[in-house]
Amino acid sequence: MGELYASFIRPKEINLLYLIPLFPLIGAFINGIFGKKIQDKLGKRANHGIAIAMMVAASGVALYAFLGMLIKQPAGHRMLHDHVFPMIHIGSLHLNFAFAMDPLSGMMTLIITLVGTGIHIYSTGYMHSEKAYWRFFCYLNLFIFSMLLLVLGDSFAMMFFGWEGVGLCSYLLIGFWYTDKKKASAGMKAFVVNRIGDFGFVVGLFFLFWGLGGYWQKGQYIDETRGAKDMVTLTAGPSVLPQSGEFVAVDGFTRKGVTATWIDPAHAAHHPGESLNLLAEGKGGPGAGAEQVSVVVGPTMSFNELRGQLSITDGGGRRPLAEHLAKKKVWGVPILFFVCLGLFIGACGKSAQLPLYVWLPDAMAGPTPVSALIHAATMVTAGVYMIARLNFLFVLTPGAMTVVALVGVMTALFAASIGLFQYDIKKVLAYSTVSQLGFMFIGVGVGAWWAGAFHLLTHALFKACLFLGSGSVIHGMHFLEHHGGHGGGDDDKPKDNRLAADPHDPQDMRNMGGLRRLMPKTRWTYWIACVAISGFPLAAGFYSKDEILWKAFSGGNILVSGKLIWAIGLLAATMTSFYMWRSYYMTFWRREPTAEMKEHVHESPLSMTSILMVLAALCLVAGPLLGFPMAFSGKEPLLERWLNPVTSLAPFRALTHDKGLEIGLMMVSITVAALGLWAAMALYKDESKTADKLLRLRRQNDGVHKVVYAKYYVDEIYNATVIRGYMALCRVLAWVDTYIVDFIVNAAGAFVRGVGWLSGKIDKYGVDGAVNGVATLVMAGGRRVRKMQTGRVNNYVFGIVAGVMLLFIVTVVAL
Amino acid sequence: MEKIFQIGLTHYLVVAAILFAAGMFVVATRRNAVAILMGVELILNAASLNFAAFSHFVHGHITGQIVSIFIIVLAAAEAAIALAIVLAIFRHYRTIDAEETSLLKD
Repeated sequence: MGELYASFIRPKEINLLYLIPLFPLIGAFINGIFGKKIQDKLGKRANHGIAIAMMVAASGVALYAFLGMLIKQPAGHRMLHDHVFPMIHIGSLHLNFAFAMDPLSGMMTLIITLVGTGIHIYSTGYMHSEKAYWRFFCYLNLFIFSMLLLVLGDSFAMMFFGWEGVGLCSYLLIGFWYTDKKKASAGMKAFVVNRIGDFGFVVGLFFLFWGLGGYWQKGQYIDETRGAKDMVTLTAGPSVLPQSGEFVAVDGFTRKGVTATWIDPAHAAHHPGESLNLLAEGKGGPGAGAEQVSVVVGPTMSFNELRGQLSITDGGGRRPLAEHLAKKKVWGVPILFFVCLGLFIGACGKSAQLPLYVWLPDAMAGPTPVSALIHAATMVTAGVYMIARLNFLFVLTPGAMTVVALVGVMTALFAASIGLFQYDIKKVLAYSTVSQLGFMFIGVGVGAWWAGAFHLLTHALFKACLFLGSGSVIHGMHFLEHHGGHGGGDDDKPKDNRLAADPHDPQDMRNMGGLRRLMPKTRWTYWIACVAISGFPLAAGFYSKDEILWKAFSGGNILVSGKLIWAIGLLAATMTSFYMWRSYYMTFWRREPTAEMKEHVHESPLSMTSILMVLAALCLVAGPLLGFPMAFSGKEPLLERWLNPVTSLAPFRALTHDKGLEIGLMMVSITVAALGLWAAMALYKDESKTADKLLRLRRQNDGVHKVVYAKYYVDEIYNATVIRGYMALCRVLAWVDTYIVDFIVNAAGAFVRGVGWLSGKIDKYGVDGAVNGVATLVMAGGRRVRKMQTGRVNNYVFGIVAGVMLLFIVTVVAL
Repeated sequence: MEKIFQIGLTHYLVVAAILFAAGMFVVATRRNAVAILMGVELILNAASLNFAAFSHFVHGHITGQIVSIFIIVLAAAEAAIALAIVLAIFRHYRTIDAEETSLLKD
């Protein structure tokens, strides 16, 4: 056994991170408990005042923690940790209520707090005529709290709390207008589908906890009992480990009372003891010659401890614990495959991937700011975040990574194709979101963790901008609900698709058109976001999407050819460009606005447009700033460098570094984006010229259009298989319940009733008869004997005398 | 003959028996509550006399005589309480006839 090395990130303990989720929780509490009263007495201004103040406070703390503390840490130990209180300590399970901020969660925290604040401000405009204003802001704050818990939690358990919390808030907000049955059931659908995913998450977690039983080779740490958690101190060899900073001892804080084993690197000897004592003796600290690092080994829920033990490396560059975990099998399949697959199913549920994506399009029933915040920018990216966070785990199972990448690319293509023919502007954006999430999963699936996270970031910006822009449009088109629009058409017949099925629907793009002059600010911000999402250079989406596609093309981490994924992804990107520009032209161009629209439609208030402008500006800036490609600058992009400490254990294996090829593929990407734009422009920019062409095209491809427009009948298939099957099962069970279980229960009941009847009779005539008989006897006797009581003293005296005489006689005679 | 007049135990016992019989007769026959009480006094005195006599002639100690004193005290207490009861009965029934106060019969 040679020397062992480990790379353990030693977090800086800072009692501040808990404030970030605490503020929104306070806001949710105040608005949830006193919101109605506040709204009645002080007005809506006070409601959103509280909510926004809490968001600003949370953002402030997050920015301070990020800029003031996290960046200043050395790269190898860039992690802030906040231990709030110990939660559960049972056996080998040590759970603390603790937060951790590393580069990845820091990035997420900033997205959540800053985009969240913006959307809170936007909501004040969008929801201003809402009666249950307080309830809306309560839910929004509660959501931010849960999301921050998910992102900042330092263990699987904390993440799971947030994971469930955001699911709850999503349900509450989708069904915000719960009097509408369709909206309420959309909320339920989201919740139920998410539960399926959560089940996978939990199962994966259990497999992982079980799999971390221990093991090691040759007399060093063998503990398959899963009972004990140990801490071992190892030499750190910076040369062996990628991108690791200097190594120091682990802080004893989270490890209080844990038995540790100090392994003398020179003699490979064991010195067991209590960890804090070992640290005090200097055995856990940096040694004189070689540097040392303490790593917790054994079952753990903490991300950092998990990462630390998987990082243990021996002199030959092998990782004994990671290899042991990767080799461990159940039912002939590596346990890690189950772990990663389970976690990925969880991610599929939350991040709306095939086949669990069905809830997200329906989730658009919620208020538009909610769609922007939860169902585009933050919550749906939780799955991507989780896989990026667990990169060191996923990288051990190429099989699971392949599944992730394939599901991602299939989803990207599938959802993009549905988006092609939707008329509801929010539905287009919803399928676009599903599709973009697919791109993110391609990124993390092929091992380009930072590219997935980068696309997550840029998508949060441009999709929030798009959704809020669509909200602004819907806000403007709201008059349709009260006024009649133009005549209606029948959805099923390809007669005239210029007319909406429902002329009162403010979300139907067929009711829009020509809004570019009426809503200039909305139009330009929407335009910028479209440029960003469809992947034109200099806007955010180009850098992130292209990075993902390039990494897919050149990567060697997965089992199938990356070029296939690249090709499908490119097709999806083409579609993305087309449907986004289609929505832009249908909404803002297409035709001159009607007189009615000119009268009623106006630009949204500043509270809404200002947020749009900020997001649009970020869409332009964020891409080149954070992800300028290495092919041009020669340097790693800023975000990649920033996320390096997080992903150092799971390096991307590039098969080619050909710069020319990369630039060439980039050109291809730009070309397909332009192709999408050109097609959309040609078909939708001016209705008067293109209507016939459109109609002809549609007639020619009526079958395809029908299937795609109906979303491939996925909902119907689910209905026919899963729901029908489930209902059939329910009916069978109901039959069993009615005729078998109930029969047994009733028979048992009848039997008991018979016994009871018998017992009653015995009681009535047997027991009661005896008791009553005795009583009657005593009463009758008493009636007789009572006569003796005359009440006369004299009689008694005679009685006494007679008695005495009798006794006397008896005594005398007897003796 | 002389022996008859020489006062001995028997004399006392005879007197006591007469006293007892008289007392018992009064208690058994009279209806007046006060008269009954007087009968009881006679019975107690008979018993008291017997104690004193036996103590003197048979035992030779004073134990019996002390018991007699106890009986006298007891008789006094009994008379006090009984008279109070009689008084209460009179107040309630306007009579002290023992036959009339037979409420406990049923």
